[in-house]
Amino acid sequence: MRMVYNLCISMKLEFDIAAGDFSRAGGASSQIKRMLKQLQVDTKIIKRIVVAIYEAEVNVVAHSFGGRLQAEINSNHIEVWVKDDGPGIDDIERAMQTGFSTASKKVREMGFGAGMGLPNIKKNADELKIDSIPGKGTVLWFRNDFNE
Amino acid sequence: MSTGIAYHAIKVDAEKCIGCTHCIKACPTEAIRIRNGVAIINAGRCVDCGNCLRVCPVDAFYVEHDSLRQIERFQFRIVLFPSVLIGQFREEFTEDQIYGALLKLGFTHIFEVEQPIDLLIGKIKDSVGLAKNKPAISSFCPAILRLIRSKYPSLVENIVPVKVPHDLAAAFAIDKLTAQGIAREEIGIFYVSPCSAKMAAVKRPLGEEKSVIDGLINMKHLYNRIMQVIPKDDVPDTSALRGHLRRDGIIWSLPRGEARHFKQKSMAVDGIHNVVKILERIENGEATELDFLELKSCDQGCAGGILLTGNRFLTVERLQKRSKKYPLAHQKDQSCVNCAEIQEKLKAGPIEPNYVFALDKDRNKALEKLQKVDRILCQLPGIDCGACGAPNCHALAEDMVQGQAKMTDCVFLQNRNLSEKKMDIARATRNLEQTWGKNRFEADCNKKGGRNEGF
Repeated sequence: MRMVYNLCISMKLEFDIAAGDFSRAGGASSQIKRMLKQLQVDTKIIKRIVVAIYEAEVNVVAHSFGGRLQAEINSNHIEVWVKDDGPGIDDIERAMQTGFSTASKKVREMGFGAGMGLPNIKKNADELKIDSIPGKGTVLWFRNDFNE
Repeated sequence: MSTGIAYHAIKVDAEKCIGCTHCIKACPTEAIRIRNGVAIINAGRCVDCGNCLRVCPVDAFYVEHDSLRQIERFQFRIVLFPSVLIGQFREEFTEDQIYGALLKLGFTHIFEVEQPIDLLIGKIKDSVGLAKNKPAISSFCPAILRLIRSKYPSLVENIVPVKVPHDLAAAFAIDKLTAQGIAREEIGIFYVSPCSAKMAAVKRPLGEEKSVIDGLINMKHLYNRIMQVIPKDDVPDTSALRGHLRRDGIIWSLPRGEARHFKQKSMAVDGIHNVVKILERIENGEATELDFLELKSCDQGCAGGILLTGNRFLTVERLQKRSKKYPLAHQKDQSCVNCAEIQEKLKAGPIEPNYVFALDKDRNKALEKLQKVDRILCQLPGIDCGACGAPNCHALAEDMVQGQAKMTDCVFLQNRNLSEKKMDIARATRNLEQTWGKNRFEADCNKKGGRNEGF
């Protein structure tokens, strides 16, 4: 993890996410969770953010060839970018549907790949954008406000 | 709900404390620091789990309790004790002998806490059925409730709003006695606690106004007293006092004691460090398919309570064996006079989050502090030695931004200052003494910690 500062009070966090290592998925979400608690962000909002980040981490681990999660936190909101190198998503609309999955048998046997990832991120993010180039990779961006 | 002054049951005996680093590292909420060579507990953070007490090499931690003589104030003296008390006694002692000893000690009425367990099971099942947030988390262990409240505040809504067995047993006992025409003010109810967390829960309950318990007895203390007076002959027949005891009640406080009533849609986790790991997962939105989650702070549940004398595994084994002699609980067991009223009393109020880990109420200031923590961390060695009196480098950095520690509390930074001649030896020594006490660094076998008591 690396942090960068700028003049207005905000902090940037960066996490590398290795492909295929499920035991380490959740590292970014738990560190960010700890910080949001220290910032006394409303617990319901923390929960939404953490679920979205965790699902995004699992996506990178399960589907890509590796990626990076960046987060920027200021006093009003958090923005998260998840960029990966990977196969990309052929049909984003279908990937957003609950239950649709391209996960391999191996991934499913580990209890992942139920087709809940992207729909769950969408459900928990206030705003979400997703860009994908098949054969190259995917960029996911989402934002959550700290005040309801 | 009472949010008043933070109360915790575990205290430090400054005379006994040798100021080592065992407790600061064992504490799941990083509530302990060493100052002047003595452990100091942050009352706001302490959840009374008792881990510090377990790891202390010199028994410097103790639990406040009331003396046995207090019972003399009342004409009718009820002793309420959890079944684990019985599980500690070797097989050669019978239930009658143990009950007989309690009568000899001056109690007039004896109730095992888990007696009317059928009422509690019904109430919990109803609440779990209505729960909006899954998994519903058991409200049984007060250390866990306090842990969730401060460290996992988003999960307070998962806690089952039902009171704990000792409240139920107290209501049941009062119901029985008042039905015989005895006035409430003549009745003294004494609860025998297996741990510090339950002691704190009685003194300052969460989710209820005030406990009905009149006095607290340390189980370790009572065990010793029972062993002194346990009758060898003229053992009274006390079996009638256990008429309402059920198998489910006896094993309630053991691992899966609660969860077994929810079959496969439940999970039981014991040991606070295991609980921390599972709560992290639940916060990430995992395990929502479970209906019920039983969490107990002590390894092997209350059989591992810090105020127990017996070995936890033997205690579990004996209780399992004992429970087989009793029938399973059924709704029709209800032997109370005012069952509906008692069941109504089992409803607990909501538990509010307690943001003790927030760096500042003002989010901008908190953000600044968070950044400062990170900059400080770059300066610290990251070996978590505890020589500053804080459990790890991260905790020290947080103490610094809160104005409770300074850079030179770190012995490595101090060494750097010395070698860069920014500090002289005399000041460095004074600094160390502030944390570890005077004369701590002299060669003397009789000083505090001089015999390396920790190993």
